Amino acid sequence: MDAEAAKYIGAGLATLGMIGSALGVGNIFGQFLAGALRNPSAAAGQVGNLFVGAALAEALGILAFVLGILMIFG
Amino acid sequence: MADPIHQFQIQKVIDLPDVTLPVLGTVDLAVTNSHIAMTAAFVVIVGFLAAVTSNAQVVPGRLQAAGEGLFGLIDNLADSIIGQEGRKYFPFVFTLFMLILGMNILGLFLTFTATSQLAITVTFALITFGLVLVVGFAKNGLGFFKLFWPMGAPLALRPVVGLIEFVSFLLRPVTLALRLFGNMLGGHVALKIFAGFVVSLGLLGLGGGIGLLAFPVAALSLGMVVALTALEFLVAFLQAFVFAVLACIYLNDVVNLDHAH
Repeated sequence: MDAEAAKYIGAGLATLGMIGSALGVGNIFGQFLAGALRNPSAAAGQVGNLFVGAALAEALGILAFVLGILMIFG
Repeated sequence: MADPIHQFQIQKVIDLPDVTLPVLGTVDLAVTNSHIAMTAAFVVIVGFLAAVTSNAQVVPGRLQAAGEGLFGLIDNLADSIIGQEGRKYFPFVFTLFMLILGMNILGLFLTFTATSQLAITVTFALITFGLVLVVGFAKNGLGFFKLFWPMGAPLALRPVVGLIEFVSFLLRPVTLALRLFGNMLGGHVALKIFAGFVVSLGLLGLGGGIGLLAFPVAALSLGMVVALTALEFLVAFLQAFVFAVLACIYLNDVVNLDHAH
């Protein structure tokens, strides 16, 4: 196989890592909503935790994206 | 189609001669677009905060309410995460937050986003990491290493958990820098790609015939650009906020080392 073609296939495969990150972020917001609907008065205090959790889960998807970019342009 | 990566290239706007410094070697002093974007963010932030505080009233007007809102947001954050001593670290966290927020937001108006440069986000992350190390050693001495000795875990597991804690501690600046960099880079690349679709599909539609079918898709892409721009404003604020929250959490780890958890 051409090395150039392998680079693009690798970059595409690297972006598959975003699946896990998507599951994580979806799970966090879904669980937050489920909890917030049960006890709306406690929800406002947890928004900070919500975003930190989302950011931590999202960072791993971003790592996959950066790897993909590195493979094409690195 | 336009190259979506082209917007991140650093270009010299005003070329100044190179200078040779004793330790650093040859340094290029040219004024680049990155330089201009950061200076613009600095000027906007200082101007905004000066305007907010110049005519302060007991009942705040719109501008003052906006400034006080940002100030109160970070003040509450530092207070609720770090506690009593949070006030000491508030200036650092607020500076980080305002600078990142300013550069993120200006990146949506200008042609260049300073925070989409890895060099800049790594600098922010290393400053935060360095401050955590300095505060940790200054406050706790060698007791700083208790951070990697989890008292909650069973004795046999402590070295293993401690090792994992140590590795995750060393990875903190990496994830801090990559999160901000990746979010800004990814958002702007997506914007550019959809904007490129509008132009190339529009040209296809102008060809007439079956190509006319491209016009609705071009309109859809344009709508997507508008929606993504709105999302980018949210991301710009959120990433600055997340950076501030994580800086607070990392500082809290070392400030309240003895009586935490």
